[in-house]
Amino acid sequence: MENQPSDAILLRFENVTISFDEVVAVNDVSFEMGPGETRVVLGAAGSGKTTLLKAAIGLIRVDSGRVFLLGHDITEMDERQLFDIRSQVGVLFQEGGLFDSNTIAENVAYPLVNGKKHLDAQAVETKVEDALRFVELGQTLDKYPNELSGGMRRRVGIARAVITEPPLVLYDSPTAGLDPITATTIMALIAKERDSINAANLIVTQRYQDGQLMANFRYNRSNGQLEPVSKNGGGDQEGSNPTHTIFMVMKEGSLIFEGTQARLEASTDAYISKFVPQHHN
Amino acid sequence: MLDFLKPSVAALQDFFILAGRALRNVFRPPHYETDILLQMDIIGVGSLPIVILIGFFTGVVITMQMSRALAQYGAVDQVGPIVAITLVRELGPVLTAVLVAGRNASGIASELGSMKVTEQIDAMRALGTDPIQKLVTPRMIATAVMLPMLTVIADFVGLIGGYAIARLSIGLTTSQYWTSAYRALEYNDITQGLLKPFVFAFIISLVGCFYGLRTTGGTQGVGHATTQAVVVASVWIFVITSLLTRIFVNLH
Repeated sequence: MENQPSDAILLRFENVTISFDEVVAVNDVSFEMGPGETRVVLGAAGSGKTTLLKAAIGLIRVDSGRVFLLGHDITEMDERQLFDIRSQVGVLFQEGGLFDSNTIAENVAYPLVNGKKHLDAQAVETKVEDALRFVELGQTLDKYPNELSGGMRRRVGIARAVITEPPLVLYDSPTAGLDPITATTIMALIAKERDSINAANLIVTQRYQDGQLMANFRYNRSNGQLEPVSKNGGGDQEGSNPTHTIFMVMKEGSLIFEGTQARLEASTDAYISKFVPQHHN
Repeated sequence: MLDFLKPSVAALQDFFILAGRALRNVFRPPHYETDILLQMDIIGVGSLPIVILIGFFTGVVITMQMSRALAQYGAVDQVGPIVAITLVRELGPVLTAVLVAGRNASGIASELGSMKVTEQIDAMRALGTDPIQKLVTPRMIATAVMLPMLTVIADFVGLIGGYAIARLSIGLTTSQYWTSAYRALEYNDITQGLLKPFVFAFIISLVGCFYGLRTTGGTQGVGHATTQAVVVASVWIFVITSLLTRIFVNLH
């Protein structure tokens, strides 16, 4: 295990390139994220965002470069070892990725029941109820995924992703196909989850507003409200970044921007300004 | 030159890789007992009514046909042994397997196929569970346990069907039928009558899982996978039964 990054790095990409039948989906991407960090990956459809996320947990193998997850080099790791590491990471799939022949309670309990640690039925039940109450779906335990709306399914997906309180949670387009109000609710939940279990988040999205909410709001545990964070020295290019939110922009497989919200909004790149309303012009 | 064979050979290779992994997982933790029991219920208990029905009428039909043929030699009282041997050696295992293939290879393929096209298999991998361990191995174990049992039931019900005709229509006595039927069976017959369903169980479950897991192309793909699973599983059942029969006939 030489050349291994320190344990503090949760996820690290080193010059990762992935292609499908000669179409390059991810082109020479490098970045790393540490604990408590929020990464928002912006990009148009087909820019390689989802591929990037799937490569992070080894669902897609990279053609060149290396991927480190939770301190392990997973680039050439065999599937069996990967299952172990993946179970320590939370993932929300684009459409929720729920098992549609299982009830909501069974879906949320899945990581606990099928995980390494054996929990007794009572403990599982309590945890599932808590997790569903957290996403404000306490009444749906015995329903099936197809009885819920898209937004509700997404919330169940979040409950399932965070039930083991993983140090890193990956969100694949959490707001895709949702109306703006539901989308805001979902993002508020993700912010709430982040500040409750102090997980690092990698959020892949097409909506800049999603990242904006993550960067500027914080969940206050004492009153249960989402509050805007105070930004002192707002005019500064770097600004303060109390939520540790870093934006990344993908374009045709390449990472063309990585930095804070202030720097992103100051960018004059034509592609970036398609996502980001320019405040400073 | 032989390029046209490549996809078939590749598919066969993938099938054996899947079979190898599924078998290896039998001896490796984690074991999903709940899934095994659930599949036993679906595959075994669920198939029971149809297996009993078809088993009974198979016995009825063989007895009627054979009694006519045997009448030419004045040996109608020999119908019991004939029904017993045909059922236990061949028709019981094969008919049960084909029924279960139609019912469960299709069910397995469509279930796994739907999971594949809706990315639930990927979700499962992302959550850190091996889809082969969680989905394929329980179905394989459940079928391997239940199919021999279903076959035994089908054989027995078939013999009862034969008895009904022998008694009511041919006019044999109860002991004439049952004693001769029982005496006709040897250990060799029982062995091949139980070995066959055991082997067919692997064909049915693994072919169903194989086509399910390689489903592509949405809802239509699921339909295609289901059809293929039933056709391929049925064909292999007949091919393997011919091979096994050949081996056992030689042993005799």
